[in-house]
Amino acid sequence: MSLFFDCLFAFLVGGALCVIAQLLIDLTRLTPARILVTYVSVGVLLGAVGLYEPLYEFAGCGVSVPLIGFGGTIARGVRAAVHESGLLGALTGGLQAAAGGTAAAIVFGYLAALLSKSRPKRL
Amino acid sequence: MDNKQAYKKYVDRRAARSPVLRNCVAAFWVGGSICVLGQLLLTLYRRLGLLLDEASTLVSVSLIFLAAALTALGIFDRIARYAGAGTLVPITGFANSVVSPAIDTKSEGLVLGVGAKIFTIAGPVLLYGILCGAVYGVIYYIVTLFM
Repeated sequence: MSLFFDCLFAFLVGGALCVIAQLLIDLTRLTPARILVTYVSVGVLLGAVGLYEPLYEFAGCGVSVPLIGFGGTIARGVRAAVHESGLLGALTGGLQAAAGGTAAAIVFGYLAALLSKSRPKRL
Repeated sequence: MDNKQAYKKYVDRRAARSPVLRNCVAAFWVGGSICVLGQLLLTLYRRLGLLLDEASTLVSVSLIFLAAALTALGIFDRIARYAGAGTLVPITGFANSVVSPAIDTKSEGLVLGVGAKIFTIAGPVLLYGILCGAVYGVIYYIVTLFM
């Protein structure tokens, strides 16, 4: 039963975060790239002020799957690295925490480029 | 001149209103569903005995793989056209922003085509993510000195 509520809260919060972005796109004409940059930065900020973890407790993948989660992971990685190795951790923690997702995107992206032909964009 | 502006206002009003609601509904349910898929995968990986950190990284990797495959097959663009921010905001949008230019620039070569353009949108995301993280790290380090 708790799986049901985990999924429900993930659906509601994740959906709401997408609606906010959609409104930003439609009403302010922010480009998608700016939305992504904003969401990552907001994620780091939420992690920095200690709001990301409680949000994650509540909504699970509803906050971690949106790009805010990428920022939250970076903030958490930085904090852990600073604890471990001091000021140097400020430089090493972020990329360490983001390594999995970044490398996956690069590897799968490259493979996709090798395996497929580019097709004309249909509008 | 007045007429022109009035007409522009009229067009803006007609063009913008109903799609905004429709776009938001589409973004909500598609984006929410992607998060639910992530939650189900997370639960599955946890049951298989992975630690929370490993499991959530694997969720990201799985969704990125899925988005890459759908992009390569040309299906992702069709979903994204309907869902808008619903596919953009989840990690699938990040994956698509890497895979899509990689495929499109293949004809420009594997180094300065794919190699460079693969980061057209992911580059700024990584830059600002890492930059914010580093700034936070320095502030956090200073705070820990006094606590």
